[in-house]
Amino acid sequence: MPPSIYTQLQKRICLNRLAIVGSVVLAALNIGCDAKRSESGGAAVELLNVSYDPTRELWRELNQKFTAEYLANTGVKVTVRQSHGGSSSQARAVIDGLDADVVTLALWTDIDAIRRAQLVHDDWESRLPNHASPYRSTIVFVVRRGNPKGIKDWPDLVRPDVQIITPSPKTSGNGKLSFLAAWGSVITRGGSDEDAEKFVAKLYRQTPVLDSGARGATTTFAQKGIGDVHLTWENEARLEVQEAGGALEVVYPPVSIQAVPPVVWVDANIDRKGTRSVAEAYLKFAYTDAAQAIIAKHFYRPTSEKVLAEHVADFPAIELFTIQRIARGWGDANERFFREGGVFDSIYTGKSP
Amino acid sequence: MRRHRVLPGFGLSLSGTLLYLGALVVVPLSACVFKASSLTANEFWAAVWTERARAAYRFTFGASFVSALATMVLGVLIAWVLVRYEFPLKRLFDSLIDVPFALPTAVAGLVYSNLYVEQGWFGRWLVPLGIHGAYSRLAVVLVLTFIGLPFVVRAVQPVLESLDADAEEAAHLLGATRWQTFVRVILPSLLPAVVTGFALSLARALGEYGSVVFVSGNMPFKTEIAPVLIVARLEEFAYSEATAIAVVLLAASFTMLIVINLLERWSSRHVA
Repeated sequence: MPPSIYTQLQKRICLNRLAIVGSVVLAALNIGCDAKRSESGGAAVELLNVSYDPTRELWRELNQKFTAEYLANTGVKVTVRQSHGGSSSQARAVIDGLDADVVTLALWTDIDAIRRAQLVHDDWESRLPNHASPYRSTIVFVVRRGNPKGIKDWPDLVRPDVQIITPSPKTSGNGKLSFLAAWGSVITRGGSDEDAEKFVAKLYRQTPVLDSGARGATTTFAQKGIGDVHLTWENEARLEVQEAGGALEVVYPPVSIQAVPPVVWVDANIDRKGTRSVAEAYLKFAYTDAAQAIIAKHFYRPTSEKVLAEHVADFPAIELFTIQRIARGWGDANERFFREGGVFDSIYTGKSP
Repeated sequence: MRRHRVLPGFGLSLSGTLLYLGALVVVPLSACVFKASSLTANEFWAAVWTERARAAYRFTFGASFVSALATMVLGVLIAWVLVRYEFPLKRLFDSLIDVPFALPTAVAGLVYSNLYVEQGWFGRWLVPLGIHGAYSRLAVVLVLTFIGLPFVVRAVQPVLESLDADAEEAAHLLGATRWQTFVRVILPSLLPAVVTGFALSLARALGEYGSVVFVSGNMPFKTEIAPVLIVARLEEFAYSEATAIAVVLLAASFTMLIVINLLERWSSRHVA
């Protein structure tokens, strides 16, 4: 083939490719425009709710209820897409550009990270009731059938013959709350910081496996049969026991931590997408009696006194201490206990934090 | 006259290659270095050289090295059997070798830990003997061996296939023992392929995360691997510190691969 034709051909191939790439980009832009048009037209809106792992079933049911109600009231058809994963990884995804309209995560610190990325306004905690948290949860024990080791309370965990399963506080929200609950169980009963430190050090030395996430720890305990007691979310514990068909039991310690999983709308995203009114309505809906009943059904503690009273048999009244009992707040607790070289690390290094 | 080539145009194929390498390899890796460079030298050092991080590096490299050695021995053996013998279901065995390539490694991790825990099929017999094949260092080596095995087999197999049986017969006729034939005749021609397989298997093990988190138990100072530390730092939203650890791993793996490449060249020259 003579070189001139050859180079011409080459050029044409390049041009063709450019054209293809160009049309793909155009098509993508077009799709974007279409979505916008239908939103502003008020006919259909899509929301993305970025949440943590165990809330799959909860939000699925809440979404159904909300979309039906919203359609009836306003004539707007809302579709809610869900994304689930580890709480901190989900926060990271939103910071890195996942286009969430609302985030519903496990920990205050995860929302705070999104705030620091300037995606959420500074006042997020006061925009919705109860520190922007429509439900509470806590950490409870799961033990084997008949509770063979007689585990009733926190001090029972550190008897030499007991092995504990809970995920790593470094990588898991469940792990962090288990640690804080154990710490607070000492403090709220009048123990000093040194007592608490000794207690958690003993506890983690009797933890043979530190899974990276909540579900991993559940598998280790329930399926692989490792350990005598599993420290986990109340709602996870109830599901785990249901699944195990009689092989496991829930034990409520007399005292545990009050977890406050926050929900926020992501201001930067909803203002750009024009979904603010729907996103706000969506989260406010979570506080209504109808939503609170669904929340209770999935073993999360409703914040509505009325609904809680209706489900009082499901939620034993144990003492739930707030984070302020053991630290200035969630951010402070995180910094003190879980940062590199903090209290948790000192259990393994033997060096004081 | 232009020489006829199968692929059109050196310019086009080279630019394709560069584009691919640039977009998929060089840019992401330099982004990693770039992110880590937002730390000062002191901060970088503090992030990557804690006692816990050093323990994790030692364990990561140690376990990877041991498992790569194991895959090397096992891999050569398996390749030998597959090439030199005929037996029923050989094709099936041959394709089974590739399973670790395709299987999500998390699945391997889950299955291994299930087998070796006290109530598992293997653990039931092994744990009373004091052999803990789950949530221990041994567990990590086991699962890394599983993952690395096909790299050695697939590197050695084609070379073994192309080896002439004549040379072995000649060696035998000239009075060489079986061992001498193996060490002096077969091994030298296999060596470059074995080293390649070893290097691939080692490199794969160094970066492995999915399976290891399920079998190791993630105990700090005992069975925690360096990639777990990276994830832990990410969970704290400490991006720069996390990438700093990644950069250390990257640099170490890169150095190792260069050394192994040199070894490989040396061994192929040695043979010729």
